[in-house]
Amino acid sequence: MTQFETLQTTQPKRKLPPRVKALLRPGFLLGFFILSGSIILAVFPAAFAPYDPNAFDFMAIQQAPSWVHPFGTDNLGRDTLSRVIWAYSVDMQIAFFATFFAMVIGIIVGSLVAYHGGFADVIFGRIVDVTITFPFLVLVIAVVAVLGPGLTNMYVAVTLVQWVYYARLTRAEIMTQMTSDYASAGRVMGYSSGRIIFRHLLPNAMTPLITFWMTDMALAILLGSSLGYLGLGAQPPQAEWGVLIAEGRNFITTAWWMSLMPGIAIVVTRLGFSLVGDSLADVLRPRGAS
Amino acid sequence: MSSLSYLVSRLLQIIPTFLLVMVVIFLLVRMLPGDPAIAMADAKATEAQLELIRQKLGLNEPLVMQFLYFVRNTLTGDMGTSILLKAPVSEVILERIPVTAFLTVYAVCLSVLIAGPLAFVAALNKNGSLDIAIRSGFQVGLSTPVFYIGLLLLTFLAAGLRLFPVGGYGATFLQHLHHLMLPALTVALYTSAIIMRNLRSAVIEVLDAEYVQFARSKGLSRSVILGRHVLRNALISTVTLLGLSIGNLMSGTLVTETVFAVPGLGRLMLEAIFARDYPLIQGLTLTFAVMVSLVFLLTDMVQAWLDPRLRLS
Amino acid sequence: MTSQTDSLLKVRNLKTTFHSKGRTLRAVDGISFDVRAGEVLGLVGESGSGKSITLRSIIGLTRDYGSVEGNVYWKGEDLLARTDKQLQSVRGSQISMIFQEPMTSLNPLLSIGLQIEENLKAHTELDKRARKARAIELLDMVGIPSASSRLSDFPHQFSGGMRQRVMIAISLASNPEMLLADEPTTALDVTIQDQILQLLLSLAKNLNMAIVLVTHDLGVVAQTCDRVAVMYAGRLVETGSVRDVLKRPQHPYTLGLLKSVPENIPPAHHSFRFPARHQHWTHCRRAALSLPAASGRKMCVLVPNPR
Repeated sequence: MTQFETLQTTQPKRKLPPRVKALLRPGFLLGFFILSGSIILAVFPAAFAPYDPNAFDFMAIQQAPSWVHPFGTDNLGRDTLSRVIWAYSVDMQIAFFATFFAMVIGIIVGSLVAYHGGFADVIFGRIVDVTITFPFLVLVIAVVAVLGPGLTNMYVAVTLVQWVYYARLTRAEIMTQMTSDYASAGRVMGYSSGRIIFRHLLPNAMTPLITFWMTDMALAILLGSSLGYLGLGAQPPQAEWGVLIAEGRNFITTAWWMSLMPGIAIVVTRLGFSLVGDSLADVLRPRGAS
Repeated sequence: MSSLSYLVSRLLQIIPTFLLVMVVIFLLVRMLPGDPAIAMADAKATEAQLELIRQKLGLNEPLVMQFLYFVRNTLTGDMGTSILLKAPVSEVILERIPVTAFLTVYAVCLSVLIAGPLAFVAALNKNGSLDIAIRSGFQVGLSTPVFYIGLLLLTFLAAGLRLFPVGGYGATFLQHLHHLMLPALTVALYTSAIIMRNLRSAVIEVLDAEYVQFARSKGLSRSVILGRHVLRNALISTVTLLGLSIGNLMSGTLVTETVFAVPGLGRLMLEAIFARDYPLIQGLTLTFAVMVSLVFLLTDMVQAWLDPRLRLS
Repeated sequence: MTSQTDSLLKVRNLKTTFHSKGRTLRAVDGISFDVRAGEVLGLVGESGSGKSITLRSIIGLTRDYGSVEGNVYWKGEDLLARTDKQLQSVRGSQISMIFQEPMTSLNPLLSIGLQIEENLKAHTELDKRARKARAIELLDMVGIPSASSRLSDFPHQFSGGMRQRVMIAISLASNPEMLLADEPTTALDVTIQDQILQLLLSLAKNLNMAIVLVTHDLGVVAQTCDRVAVMYAGRLVETGSVRDVLKRPQHPYTLGLLKSVPENIPPAHHSFRFPARHQHWTHCRRAALSLPAASGRKMCVLVPNPR
């Protein structure tokens, strides 16, 4: 024992641990850069947007990109760059609110169902069957149809559907963890089920959940902008990428920048989430698994 | 164990799921504030007409009875009258099903045609520059919203170069192919990214399998090994994935139909939602669920056809 | 000149190296041996010593994964100089191979009939009917009951031993002159192991086929082989006739292997229920560090425990 310790400390140069090394990969760095940039833009849009996103300027209608308006202007003379930047705060909000509550509910339900099993598990299995029988978007817009269009209702609709997927994943992970010795040990020690689930099982099941969350946030942006484009999500004049693309749709041959710039913003942000998600999956993966 | 009895047992398994599906759809409309009869009827409906709807839906009776009425009406094909189109919901839907079915199958075929060869090329050049190029390309495809891909294709290939008609469905099979080319491609570009990822890793895994090494030791040609031994085994997981992502695929067709003005179920759904045409929304939601279930069934059968281990157990 | 005619297969200084994430692993480190027509050569060593890789390198199966150097002369012609496509006519027709795991080595999706026939299709001129007849004949030959009715069955419908028989049938389809057998009995029940070995031996005798039998079981070698080559850490440490090597092992590793066979353990040690293979031997780090270059000299990599 002591011999090994001395051996290690006397090594002249310590190599970086593989997990840290994974974080230095170009893919992760790029993703991290994109993501943190997106968050900063989302939190402080006013600091970066050169103009008021909703200010009409009838002297500058559909101007091509220039030094004054780097992304050009729209059919009402609004500065596209400013609108794209303000849309960051809306779309990043969508990424968070359309996923976070679904995740929290899903994790709680999934853990309880996995731990207690029995009748609750049977019911849950049925809920999963039903949920996957509907195309996701159909179910979401059906709920939006009942509640009415708008961002808040969209969050409710997505959460109503999406928690099932988080719960299914959590259930599967917890079930795997429960076969481990430390779970049985916890039970032998007489810990409460809450303590075993949330202090012991869940932390070990978090990796796939976090990875799934990253992907899901990216998907939420796609979904939010799709609904915005269809007129069921954010409502104009609120700047949201899908809404912006819908506004630019009729001018795509004359004022291409109106729809191109928000489109690029979606692709880049989504890429950022994917890159970070993939790298996190590698980094957080338990040791020994390849 | 014949395939027929397998089919029957699979169909029987669907029934409880479907009852729950109907509960969800039933509750969806009951969630509406106010009188469901008013929601289900034209705004100009008279009190007598409303009373008729109330009776048909059993609104004066307990909720359980209402649900049974709903099941009965649905099973007899009576899903009410569309407010928007002033025609029976079942008729309207039946008319549109072929369009969406055609588009979906078309999109699946295209995505397999795109993803299949590229997945093989990527897998055989694992971590090579070609592999990285293909994967990055698909990563961008995966990051682009469906409606945006559609918009770009529509602008440049249909409106700009006039290679394809803008919207519509056409009358003959060839016209369908021509009209739906861009919508199908739009959906396929997204779906093929998912398939490519999965098929690539499946091929890589199968290439290392002992039975492929054994097949190589038999002196089989590369094309036989790839086509007979690798492809079939790799396809199993891809078929599963394709079946499971049919919901996503249909979500994609919904958006795409709207972008390209294709007269299918998806566009109808959106029109119904904006018109608050609840009978139609109800009918369409159910139709989508039926279609997805049928695809799940089909997936199971294809898997059983591909994998003898599933056939006999 | 003489050895050229005597030896079917001459392996010279074969080296197989794998590269992974900047590290290189030399799995086979310059080994040489001969196989004569009709002879059974045992290749023994512990897991990871490079036996399987050696076999696979001979017919070029490791090329996709690492680099192979040296020479493998098959009837005087160097197989390693051939392209993968050119090797196809040798694989399965002149040199066949059977694998360790009958559970994973047959394609689960294809009927065994097809898996036999595709070998015949690749290497013979037989038509469909004749291929089917030959397939039945082969299954009969390896002792599968009611062979004709089992052609359309799939691997999962056979037991492990039966699958191994099927694999043998496939490999024998085109009358190979040499069979590379990679631990063909390790994954099987003890009772089945013997049957399979006897089957292999009688087939080899009847068909005048050479066998390279990879195993870690010296008992198997004593029963079946004419000559034996002992492999350790990618190198051959000892080669000779079975009688010589088993009676008078020259290298301590061979001795260790011999001692690990339960019958060879003196009665005094029988208090141990499961004698561990290396109970009497421990790695000698100093010796391993000062390994001489491959000079044909015997290497000291294991030394007896002081106790």
